[in-house]
Amino acid sequence: MTIQFNDETFRDDYTFRNSDWAIKRFPFPFHEDSYMYAVNMEQHRGGPEGSVYEKRFDVDEHYVAEMRDRAMVLADDPLRCQSLPHMTLAGWDLLELIMVSKSEDYPDLFELHRDGDKWRWINKPLGIDDSFTFMDETTLPYGPMEYITRQTQGDFCVLDQREDNLWMDAGIVTTQADWSLDFDIGMNFFEWHAPVPLAHEKGIFVRALKFLLNIQQGAPARRLNWTMTVNPLLDTSPENYHKWGVQKTTLTPENIGQKQHLRVELQSFFRLPRSNALVFPIRCYLCCFDDLMTMPKWGRRLHRVIRDLPEELATYKGFIDNRPMMLDYLSKYDDGLPTSPGVFPDLETEPPLKT
Amino acid sequence: MSKFEFPPSIKSRPVYGTLEARPGKHHLMIADAEGAEAILGIATPELMANTHIIYIPRGTDYADKLRALNPAQFYEGPTYAASVTRIQRVLQDAHMGLQIYLTGTEGLMGQAQNEAMQAGYPFSAIQTEHRGSTARRMQCVHCKGITEDVEIDPFVCSHCGLNLFVRDHYSRRLAAYQGVCIDAEDPGNVPPSKGIYE
Repeated sequence: MTIQFNDETFRDDYTFRNSDWAIKRFPFPFHEDSYMYAVNMEQHRGGPEGSVYEKRFDVDEHYVAEMRDRAMVLADDPLRCQSLPHMTLAGWDLLELIMVSKSEDYPDLFELHRDGDKWRWINKPLGIDDSFTFMDETTLPYGPMEYITRQTQGDFCVLDQREDNLWMDAGIVTTQADWSLDFDIGMNFFEWHAPVPLAHEKGIFVRALKFLLNIQQGAPARRLNWTMTVNPLLDTSPENYHKWGVQKTTLTPENIGQKQHLRVELQSFFRLPRSNALVFPIRCYLCCFDDLMTMPKWGRRLHRVIRDLPEELATYKGFIDNRPMMLDYLSKYDDGLPTSPGVFPDLETEPPLKT
Repeated sequence: MSKFEFPPSIKSRPVYGTLEARPGKHHLMIADAEGAEAILGIATPELMANTHIIYIPRGTDYADKLRALNPAQFYEGPTYAASVTRIQRVLQDAHMGLQIYLTGTEGLMGQAQNEAMQAGYPFSAIQTEHRGSTARRMQCVHCKGITEDVEIDPFVCSHCGLNLFVRDHYSRRLAAYQGVCIDAEDPGNVPPSKGIYE
């Protein structure tokens, strides 16, 4: 299919919208009616046709607008993209991985022509046609990581592997759930996760690290994470928190269905061939409550998950103050019927809401 | 003087030890204020014969006691900033077998550790011992400005003036803790400040 790219914004007037297609393929993160931290890794080798899991780097209707938003964030604050000096080789690895994947997965949108180290990259949605020399930084307008991730949805952390740990030594981070690359760059896996409550005690990070250290070339993995965001704001950065934080107080019972968004991260992990670094794309999907409620199973389940979530998690995820209003809204979409297992909406088989 | 016991915290927060004289060809000791006591505690004539002490008194009167140890080299700096080029120069000349000892405030240890790491020393090979003030070196995540010697939480950023909450999240690269706006969701609603460890 050919994707119709939306002309939309993720700031100021917030014209971001999901089409019916985007709602149906939204990566709803709850496979059962409750939630607790888990490593929850699976292989990232495709998924149901049309789903966000199908391709290595999902491209959707928000692509062009998201890249425009990223360019604005970087113009305001270039420190959102940083790479420590030893990470340049990993940047080339990443550029190759994305160009090869996108040109194979979306041949109508992206083309890669290679003749030895003379490469030509065509990105039709963004109107880019660049020829460059692979591994020669002087032939690109940015460093390799920045060049390709200005053209790829999602944040990217490039992790160096040494001393049986992973080190956040490069990244581009403009659609983050409230963490700062500029502050965390250079930290190891346990350090950058230090502020997360409960998960350390549950041994989550020790197990996750062990898994990640062993990811092999050609065998990527993925998991989902989630939080809540008021307004479809991609750049929920700590740097700008003093500007956007107040938006959380603008929810009312009348506007919550349109303003409150479930924010889901499709996190994936790829081993890079030359550097042995691990790249960790964190792709953000947003969906407002009203759109989520068009899937009766998701309405029932979201109510139960939010209602039963431990207080520490609701606080850490930043919606403890708004939880009562969310529950007032969500409870109207929970008729108490059981839900089918798994994350997919099962619209054809799940019963409509009993009224 | 008794040492302050830091409460248990998150995994990015530094943990300090107790200095011990380790075998080495040369010894570089960087200290401020009450950190002098930790050096006095391990000093022997043999150790001092191969030791370079870089010391910032910060209003204390330990300098003469350290000088009396007869270290191979002694430097008394007025501030850390004034001493840092000397620290860099010494690290640049350092050879295998150098032992590094850092003691005093967190800000001093963090910044000197950062210099040593940039010179190629793994942080795990650098000894540290906290002495004296428990004030923190804070980075404002919003304006990126550093405020030294923060003793209260919340505090006002000395650069942009936002009311900042003192986090335990710590960056070795910045040698600073993170300060985040505390009243972003309810401007003006700032709880009264109290001591960080109160």
